Amino acid sequence: MRDFLLQQWWLVVIVLGSLAPLAAQFVSRGFLPALRTLDRRWIFLLMFWAVLVPIYFVGVTGRTFPEIPGELAKATFNEIENLHAGDPVLLAFDYDPSSEGELSPMATAFVKQCAEKKLKMYFIALWPVGSQLADATINDVLKADFPNLVYGRDYVNLGYKSGNEGVIKVIVTNLRELYTTDSRGTPLQDIPMMRGIQNIQQMKLVIDISAGYPGIKEWVQYAVTPFPETIHLVGGSTGVQAPQLYPYVPRQLPGLLGAIKGAAEYEKLVIDKYGGPHPDPKYLDGLRRMGPQLVAHLLIIFLIVMANILYFADKGRESRS
Amino acid sequence: MKRTIPLLITAVGGFVLMASYFIPPAQSWGENVSIWFDILSSIAFVLGGANLLMSHLKSISDRKSGWGYSAVVLISFLGTLFIGFGKIGVRPSAQFPNMAWTGYYREMGSGFWFIYQYGYTPLTATLFAMLAFYIASAAFRAFRAKNVEAALLLGTAFIVLLGRTFAGVALTSWIDPSKWSGFRYFTGLKIENLTVLIMSVFNTAGNRAIMIGIALGIVAASLKVLIGADRSYLGKD
Repeated sequence: MRDFLLQQWWLVVIVLGSLAPLAAQFVSRGFLPALRTLDRRWIFLLMFWAVLVPIYFVGVTGRTFPEIPGELAKATFNEIENLHAGDPVLLAFDYDPSSEGELSPMATAFVKQCAEKKLKMYFIALWPVGSQLADATINDVLKADFPNLVYGRDYVNLGYKSGNEGVIKVIVTNLRELYTTDSRGTPLQDIPMMRGIQNIQQMKLVIDISAGYPGIKEWVQYAVTPFPETIHLVGGSTGVQAPQLYPYVPRQLPGLLGAIKGAAEYEKLVIDKYGGPHPDPKYLDGLRRMGPQLVAHLLIIFLIVMANILYFADKGRESRS
Repeated sequence: MKRTIPLLITAVGGFVLMASYFIPPAQSWGENVSIWFDILSSIAFVLGGANLLMSHLKSISDRKSGWGYSAVVLISFLGTLFIGFGKIGVRPSAQFPNMAWTGYYREMGSGFWFIYQYGYTPLTATLFAMLAFYIASAAFRAFRAKNVEAALLLGTAFIVLLGRTFAGVALTSWIDPSKWSGFRYFTGLKIENLTVLIMSVFNTAGNRAIMIGIALGIVAASLKVLIGADRSYLGKD
């Protein structure tokens, strides 16, 4: 850290320089009066630096915080790890670019683990742009690092279908009622890995990456609940959604990755097993993003503490007067 | 008739779906009803597009405040439709190299891909990222320990906020049974373990209670719709 600050002295000067007027306000007007009338633009600036500086630090040094995988991340990893080569797996990309920051690291890690395990991957999407995100992950992971995997034989993108949970309700019993072609318009009968696949009960595992509705909750309600013996589900979700999914753990949802923390824990497990000595940085995105999250969380705690100091000080002054 | 037929469709669809869940031979009926739903939801996109066009054209023609934004919406909407349907910038597929429009509309380098990659993605990501600024500002302005409940919420928030980062691990790393065997009784007090406890016990219990309550409410509300007691979804005329 010290070396970084010395080498990037210009950054330290810019950050401190931008905050100097704020410090001057506190010195000239006093701590509590300045805090009482703090312009919210100062808070925006503090948050800007709290996110930007760690991103830059991680980018320059490549250092990340150590991560200890939790039980849910281990359970998610093990659900995939226990499958055998050639087992079919459904990957549902139920999110859009607004949640990409949180969810794309886990999507990348999911696809990498599935590819390493030589599983047959069936991509679908219940969100309109989920299919594009699946294409992007296929390009980044499968085409770049697993060139021996063949489209149509080892993985297929079935694309987006409208209807939210209505789609799930149909494909759990009859996939071909809704999907007659893949996302590029190739008839399913011309895709070798689709032969014999009639419904998603034939999948050994369903992996849902979800940012809201429809997402993991709908997969639990309309796929796992009616067919608990045949459909097994694990997933990754945004931090906002994760607390609503804990009630389904562990029976209906044995594995759940919550937000970037869950992604980082899962990435650690995948990289430890399959990353080699020098893993590609794209497989460390979750771990790298924990840096900005740490500083942003500390800033929020600091702001809440300051606000409460002000609150109790004002309350004390009111009771005295 | 205008109200009776929709009521009948709703009732038949709802009861068929319920029957298909409990009666295995009726499963295929449920599939058919779900497919009707999926077809309707696809048609809803067309209706939604038409509604978008009408409402924004009206805003522009009435010169309502902010009509310029409506113009931006319409230009973006129609431009994206034109580029997507026209397959602008799409090369012919390898299978039919001499035939236009045989390529994939979303292929890398196509107009539609360009809009998605350099328009939609950064815009939505930016909007979502701005939440961080507003959350920080809201935390400073609203999160006060005004009573016991608020103080409990505050304490829980601190633990979870710290527990989702390395700071939580670092702050209570001194509770290490390898340093003193007595610490083995206190490992549950480590912030990362407290976070797991809060999420998996308190959060789960609370959420389950809420979910069961909501589910019961949905059952009651759905029954009212299915038997025609609640017709508000049909509108007024």
